Amino acid sequence: MVHFLIHEAADNVGVAVVDIAAGADCVGRNLTNNEGLTAHSEEAIQLGHKIALKDFKVGDSVIKYGCEIGTIVKDVKAGHHVHTHNLKTKRWA
Amino acid sequence: MANRKVWGYRRENGRVGVRNHVIILPVDDISNAACEAVANNIKGTMALPHAYGRLQFGEDLELHFRTMIGTGSNANVAAVVVIGIEDGWTKKIVDGIAATGKPVTGFSIEGKGDIRTIAEASYKAKEYVQWASELQRTECDLHELYISVKCGESDTTTGLSSCPTVGNVIDKHCAAGGTASFGETSELTGAEHIVAAKAANDEVREQFFAAFNDYTKLVFDQKTNDLSESQPTKGNIAGGLTTIEEKALGNVEKLGKKTKFVGCLPPAVAPDKAGLWFMDTSSAAAEAVTLWAASGAVVHLFPTGQGNVIGNPIEPVIKLTGNPKTMATMAEHIDVDVSKILQGEMTLDQAGDVLLDMIVRTANGRLTAAEALGHREFSMTKLYRSA
Repeated sequence: MVHFLIHEAADNVGVAVVDIAAGADCVGRNLTNNEGLTAHSEEAIQLGHKIALKDFKVGDSVIKYGCEIGTIVKDVKAGHHVHTHNLKTKRWA
Repeated sequence: MANRKVWGYRRENGRVGVRNHVIILPVDDISNAACEAVANNIKGTMALPHAYGRLQFGEDLELHFRTMIGTGSNANVAAVVVIGIEDGWTKKIVDGIAATGKPVTGFSIEGKGDIRTIAEASYKAKEYVQWASELQRTECDLHELYISVKCGESDTTTGLSSCPTVGNVIDKHCAAGGTASFGETSELTGAEHIVAAKAANDEVREQFFAAFNDYTKLVFDQKTNDLSESQPTKGNIAGGLTTIEEKALGNVEKLGKKTKFVGCLPPAVAPDKAGLWFMDTSSAAAEAVTLWAASGAVVHLFPTGQGNVIGNPIEPVIKLTGNPKTMATMAEHIDVDVSKILQGEMTLDQAGDVLLDMIVRTANGRLTAAEALGHREFSMTKLYRSA
């Protein structure tokens, strides 16, 4: 079973494609080249929500589809949930 | 798919439709009641009530007329009864629709009242619906269908599965000589460089940026915050989408991998040649699909993640989702399930073929989920306040 997907090799967040429990060893797949990845969840991540694949500091860019999707506004450790509480748009801010 | 066939209605102007509606079209909001009475009198006809049509001016009024005339002219419509409060604007819409060669008659209420207008219009509507009921479907080429695409209540699964499935169909349909249109101008924010790279030439690219920058200016002129909960919507956010950039990057997966777009259309303007077209539309589902139907689109492809339920009175809306939770909770709204993509159990090419099959079935007469459930959202786009 695949737990999360990324669109491009440069992506630093994955999308959960099942509900991921906290403390789970997760299997991922890169949609572009089909390569496998692994991650460890530090909190529960619902299907469709993003898991941090690295540690982020305030001001870092989040990359998905190989493109910037926003700026980190609160530090995030790998394995944690990335969403509106720690990621904001760069465009309409 | 070059030689794939569908059973459609070839109209007087050669355009191919997949439905055979007789519509009762109000010129303005105050003619809704008469139109609904006629549709109630004459079974098999459909009134299209809406909120506008009085004291509009300038570009907003032009868009109103284009939407009215375009809706009546759509090849999914066999014949039209137009009712307005006065005869001037009513005649303008009748004349616009009559240019297609299809049967259309206008009625105006002033000097006569609702009841006599309803009686006169009902006789005409009865004549039209009985005539239309004897029209036969004929064999047409699949690529003759003009297809519009737009997603709604998106989440991260739409960018992973249902939007690229539509993109796969766009590549196949346009390669076969078909016509298609995408839009959602504000919802391209963060992915506009990807759209621009798909423009067929520099002129088309400049037209796209002009429309995009104009819409962006509107957002900045009117916004009071970072649009959180408007764009992305609360539904988008519940589904895991965080920013407009992320939403846009999923959205543009609908454009396909190979297809270049050949031109840019103002809202509710019909394409004048085959290929993929950008149309400058709102990103709100009912408004946008209403504009595409008015531009002549006869089938709409609608990827959804969290489960948008939209339909349109004259253009069948085919919904697909890749979200297994939405399939489990809202299956009655979904025509095509592509959720197997998430686990790699279905390729995008396979999903595209399944969606093409559903386009053919829908064209041949299968009611979409939205049609069966009675979703007939007819939402006019209003550009600014009336005079």
